[in-house]
Amino acid sequence: MSLDNLKSFDPFAETDGGDDKKDYIHIRIQQRNGRKTLTTVQGLPKEIDPKRVLKFAKKEFATNGSVVEDPELGEVIQLQGDQRQKISDLMITSMGIKKSNIKIHGF
Amino acid sequence: MSEEEQKKSVAFGETTDLENGEKVETNEGNTAEGHSVAGTNISADEMTSRIENGDADADASTFDPSAIKKKKKPKKEKESENGEEAPKENGDGGEGFDPKLLKKKRSKKTKTEDGELGAEGDGEFDPTKLIKKPKRTTKKKPTGEDDEFQKRLEELGLEDKKDEPAAPQTQEEFEAELAQGGGVWAQENATPFKYSQLLKRFYINLYEDHPELSGDGRLKNYKIPPPQVAREGNKKSIFANLPEIAKKMKRNPEHIIQFIFAELGTNGSVDGAGRLVIKGRFQQKQLESVLRRYIVEYLTCGTCKSPNTTLMKENRLFFVNCNICGSRKSVSAIKTGFQAALGKRKKMQA
Repeated sequence: MSLDNLKSFDPFAETDGGDDKKDYIHIRIQQRNGRKTLTTVQGLPKEIDPKRVLKFAKKEFATNGSVVEDPELGEVIQLQGDQRQKISDLMITSMGIKKSNIKIHGF
Repeated sequence: MSEEEQKKSVAFGETTDLENGEKVETNEGNTAEGHSVAGTNISADEMTSRIENGDADADASTFDPSAIKKKKKPKKEKESENGEEAPKENGDGGEGFDPKLLKKKRSKKTKTEDGELGAEGDGEFDPTKLIKKPKRTTKKKPTGEDDEFQKRLEELGLEDKKDEPAAPQTQEEFEAELAQGGGVWAQENATPFKYSQLLKRFYINLYEDHPELSGDGRLKNYKIPPPQVAREGNKKSIFANLPEIAKKMKRNPEHIIQFIFAELGTNGSVDGAGRLVIKGRFQQKQLESVLRRYIVEYLTCGTCKSPNTTLMKENRLFFVNCNICGSRKSVSAIKTGFQAALGKRKKMQA
């Protein structure tokens, strides 16, 4: 019998907020008029070509979208509708992004 | 489609949970159980993941540089696999993800460090749930962790069975035996106690006599009144009891408002009665989830999970000081991030 109860919680372990230099990918949602929404993906790593991602996502999610250049935040992907879960799944599964680097905002 | 449904179900789950939270205000005992069950689902997941993987790697919330290094290597191996897989998915390689590009992405992506979001996971991580954990040792409902524990016990029990068929299988039986002093616990019974039995007995007694000690430091449920949300006109929502909630959380309402606006990607104002008017249509459950995230991020102590904390600002950085265990952690400032241009283009140009 292994001693599981000994390694249950380590109070001296580094807390989650240990280092703040995280490059999060922020997935946000914005309300438009009526039931319509807009999903934005901000902070994609440089190695990823947002246009390619967009092209794939558009086909995969059957939605439209665009890449917007932001002076501060670089290129941001916009997608029509609430694609937050789908895009994060896509990034985790086929782009090798860790779930912990993705922050989904909104309600 | 299916994902949407999934989400809905999740949202629904959350609301029911929060509704429980409402009820808790009125009648405690009833909902505490419900919460404990909900809470322990998470803990069960944690437990299983920990148990399955064993090493620190399993726990996403702990930052382990060695884990990253480890992961880097397998990725490279994987690349070749992906190179074959990717075109299959896309049908035509030209339009979809170029496997080569994927390779690049993959190898470099590992640079990004392991997340602190781990604890938050997929956004369904829930402070109230988390805090409600301690009740998991509720007797009547063998809950998540108990299940895990019990399964093992049962496994052990099965092994034991060979020589001792009388070993109690379920917790209920076990407790009944324990309570009545029957089975192994009978005075005249000479069979030696198993370590697992004694351990279980210890936990049961501990829970009965000192419930607050059996959890891992989280003393009691944290409750805030549910947000009261009403619609004003067609395009605005009113969050009526924000001052009350802010007072309960001991936070500056401004800070909460800022967070809400940043999360919802909208703006609004505070009216004369202190109510918050938010632009856009929002439902109660939506604000609940936002508040929940606020609690996780800016209220709960990172070490002891207590919500009894104070938020301080020191040279432009926000710190959360715990009043219980005295720990201190820095929290990120609220950022709005990218805001897509909505509305009419003509207006924008003008």
